[in-house]
Amino acid sequence: MRTNILISFSMLCFVFAANAGTLDKIKKKGHVSCGVSQGLAGFSAPDGLGVWNGIDVDICRALAAAIFKDPKKVKFVSLSAQQRFTALQSGEIDILSRNTTNTLSRDTSLGLNFAPVIYYDGQGFMVRKKDGIKSAKDLSGASVCTQQGTTTELNLADYFRANRMKLKPVVFESNDEVTQAFLKGRCDALTTDASGLASERSKVKNPNDYIILPEIISKEPLAPAVRHGDDKWLDVVTWTVNALLTAEELGISSKNIDSFKKTRDPKIARFIGKTIGNGKALGLDEKWAYYIIKTVGNYSEIFERHVGKDSPLKLERGLNALWNKGGIMYSSPMR
Amino acid sequence: MNFLKSEKNREYLWQVLFTLSIIAFFTFILRNTQSALDKQGIASGFSFLSQEAGFEIGESIIDFFSDDTYQLALLSGFLNTVKVAFIGNILALALGFIVGVTSLSDNYLVAKLSKFYVESIRNIPLILQLFFWYSIFTEVFPSVRSALNPIGGVYLSNRGLYLVSFSDHWFFNILPLIGILSVVAFFFFKKRSIKSLERTGVARKIFLPTLLFFILVSFALWLVAGLPRELSWPTLAGFNFEGGVHLSPEFSSLLIGLVLYTSAFNAEIVRAGILSVDHGQWEAASSLGLNKNQTLSLIVIPQALRVAIPPLISQVLNLTKNSSLAVAIGYPDFVSVANTSLNITGQAVELVLLIMLVYLSISLSTSLVMNIYNRSVTLKER
Amino acid sequence: MFKSKALRTWCHKNLFNSKMNSFLSVVIVVILFKFLSYFYAWFVTNAVWIGDAAACREASGACVVFIKEKYNFILFGFYPRAEIYRPILCIVLLLSLVIYSSYEKNWKKCTLILWALLFLVSTILMGGGIFSLPIVESDQWGGLPLTLILSVVGIFVSYPLGIVLALGRRSKMPIIRIFSTCYIELIRGVPMISLLFMSSVMFPLFLPEGVVIDKIIRAQIAIIMFVCAYMAEVVRGGLQAIPRGQYEAAEALGLNYFQTMRLVILPQALKVVIPPTVNTVIGMFKDTSLVIIIALFDLMSTMKTALKDPEWLGFNVEGYIFIALIYFMFCFSMGKYSRTLEKKFNRKGTLT
Repeated sequence: MRTNILISFSMLCFVFAANAGTLDKIKKKGHVSCGVSQGLAGFSAPDGLGVWNGIDVDICRALAAAIFKDPKKVKFVSLSAQQRFTALQSGEIDILSRNTTNTLSRDTSLGLNFAPVIYYDGQGFMVRKKDGIKSAKDLSGASVCTQQGTTTELNLADYFRANRMKLKPVVFESNDEVTQAFLKGRCDALTTDASGLASERSKVKNPNDYIILPEIISKEPLAPAVRHGDDKWLDVVTWTVNALLTAEELGISSKNIDSFKKTRDPKIARFIGKTIGNGKALGLDEKWAYYIIKTVGNYSEIFERHVGKDSPLKLERGLNALWNKGGIMYSSPMR
Repeated sequence: MNFLKSEKNREYLWQVLFTLSIIAFFTFILRNTQSALDKQGIASGFSFLSQEAGFEIGESIIDFFSDDTYQLALLSGFLNTVKVAFIGNILALALGFIVGVTSLSDNYLVAKLSKFYVESIRNIPLILQLFFWYSIFTEVFPSVRSALNPIGGVYLSNRGLYLVSFSDHWFFNILPLIGILSVVAFFFFKKRSIKSLERTGVARKIFLPTLLFFILVSFALWLVAGLPRELSWPTLAGFNFEGGVHLSPEFSSLLIGLVLYTSAFNAEIVRAGILSVDHGQWEAASSLGLNKNQTLSLIVIPQALRVAIPPLISQVLNLTKNSSLAVAIGYPDFVSVANTSLNITGQAVELVLLIMLVYLSISLSTSLVMNIYNRSVTLKER
Repeated sequence: MFKSKALRTWCHKNLFNSKMNSFLSVVIVVILFKFLSYFYAWFVTNAVWIGDAAACREASGACVVFIKEKYNFILFGFYPRAEIYRPILCIVLLLSLVIYSSYEKNWKKCTLILWALLFLVSTILMGGGIFSLPIVESDQWGGLPLTLILSVVGIFVSYPLGIVLALGRRSKMPIIRIFSTCYIELIRGVPMISLLFMSSVMFPLFLPEGVVIDKIIRAQIAIIMFVCAYMAEVVRGGLQAIPRGQYEAAEALGLNYFQTMRLVILPQALKVVIPPTVNTVIGMFKDTSLVIIIALFDLMSTMKTALKDPEWLGFNVEGYIFIALIYFMFCFSMGKYSRTLEKKFNRKGTLT
């Protein structure tokens, strides 16, 4: 009798374990579950009504547009730095789009796969102007505020170790606490990704009291991540990101995409699904890229909307410009 | 069906069924976890403990650098937990005792104030109080450049409290040891006093010999050490003060929060303990000619403690467990360090289990020690 | 005249009956006066009751405008503004039912039915979807309603579980006894946040792939797992207080174990332990605030979020006092109630 019960329970386990691919599951449940941050302006942050905005958020919207033709079919799950990887591993979310740096250990021992980079960032320091600090090398003995358990914290320790400087780290669980502690003078310097520094600086009342030091001490390629072992789903995410870049390259935006309906350009015809094949290969509608651009916009539109010149963050394109415009954003050909 | 008629057999069946369902439940969980981890090639097990941690810890009792292992990082966090729990419990018991006694004062204002203290502290979540104290530290106190300097050698700023301290000499390092020895001596003198009271009816002095013991031993050692006199003064060097003793805002606000919160509960326990002492005891004592303070300290409190000690033990454990809220205000206690390690390694299962295991062993060992003490107190009943 | 004389005798008796007490009284009066005048200046004279953030930053006193501006968000989180009457209605219903249930004469079965009804009505009200109420997803529930949901559901599930565990710990069957004891001691030995961590980073791995439990429910499970161990110990105290004669009498009547417990022992035992049960409930109500650590938007988190608004930085003290008052009102009234009951039971000597 004991064995009987065990066997039936094990069978139960098998029934649950036999699962479909992520894409099929998403189609079945009718929305994409998207892991985002607890609030980082420009990347993923809720507004006063709880509507999420930012680059990371728009990647998920683009995915929903590609799959369902409707960018609203996303369920956002806000995750702390601690929860983000388990949430993905366990299947609570389908994609982690949470300003996450692609690193070797995450790719391997955390069981993640990264899609193409959506934002090239690097870690910097912000200090108070009146302290008279000119370079990160002057920071020996300084208290530095940083976020717990991020690559930022590790890079910080590495940088101080490499330069034989003394470090007094003050770590906090959430990004906002880090910034508040710095603004109140608990720390001499604040360190996070340069985009994050700009975002925080944009929010303070008198931005001119603070300066961002010239040193960039790390490479932070931020990319969406999916679970290891589901290549089909990774393909969808990869090519969704590529579609955003390709659209910018081809000059297709949400405003003008309908004017290309009768195009003769084979690249554009393939892109908007006039020439069929790409959609079927990915397991999506043939007009998937059309819906992405129509509803969410191309990479440039997303960038400008959330972090560019007209946004509060006022960031330059820099490395994130297209390859033919001085940056390193480069999409593989969509054919 | 006869099998089930007997109560014994039914009990047997119940237990078998129960055991089976527990086994099945855990197999279910383990299988799922294993398959989720296997499928994504995530390493499990505790081998990560000997890898390089790569992060720094803000304050640590032992030397810790970013090229040390996770093991050492966790140990450092654990020691920080022990530090705050140890100091916190002593202060919380002392404060709780005072407030408990004063809440029964015949001075209307004193009693009401104590009551007000207990009621307001007890009914507000601890984490809110921690946030509050931390924001007092970071918002009210000035920046490190314009630190408050109420008396020489004391600097108060939003980087915490810097105090003048003894220099790093072996004599000063063993001073706490002499302190502990003196506590032992105190109990020795107390025992002797009680014995003499029983035999001759005259109590011997306790405090004076203890104090003498402490002073004499320290002085002798001081002579041996070659009269070290240097003090370490905090001085502003670069970004922060160097030298002296440093109490960070994180540690201080955690300590203040824990002590105030737990002392309110301790006060209630002490108060209930005192009230539980029969009124006849008061009357008997006063008829013996003892005044109120003597009655309280010689008759009532020893009896009250007997009632109060078991619940006080659970408050000691509560404070220790509550110190895990340090993670909310950035003090690097065990949970906080484990949390950081979890973020980096992704070994969620191992690290959460480790957290539970560590607190469980702290709880069990504390309650073991306290129960032995408790037995030694209760056995005195004659 | 008479009154002032009475006052004088009262003062003499209660404030100045000895040198030490006179000294203490004077010191306390001085300190109290200083504190109150400081508080008055902070909260009234220098405070900003009408104005904007800029006016607040200028003033040295409290920024009441901050609370006026943010109380909607602190209390109800991201719940759509137009629908806010729904959580308010739920809270009013809940509070009325709590008050109704607090009278001893209402401790009967039909009150339980009312509670079941409340759950149903609240779920419909909060979630919407029928009766032409717009749907509000559960991830938009936040603030006070979430705190209350976590607490109320926590009580209703952990109470029976606690009873079962307590009975298990006193069971004659060794395996069940050992399991219950281990569970209770294990849970009581670890901090609540380790269970919350477990719920947030381990539970998802326990489940078969594809089965996902909402994180609010996972936190709720952690709270229940934690509180039921404490409930069990409270109930066990009650069980131990029941004299052996009651068990023997029940056995003599030929009642089996379940009948004995349900009809004879538990009704008495549970009544004795109502005061400590209420205290456990207070503890749990305060502990729900820890879900901020796993990023749920309860009352504590919404307040912290409100404090982060760049427009309103630096009004922490106002925010903390505001929600401290809310928690205080709930906990204090529950504590008061528990003490009243305790007195009542003690006066009666025994139970009715």
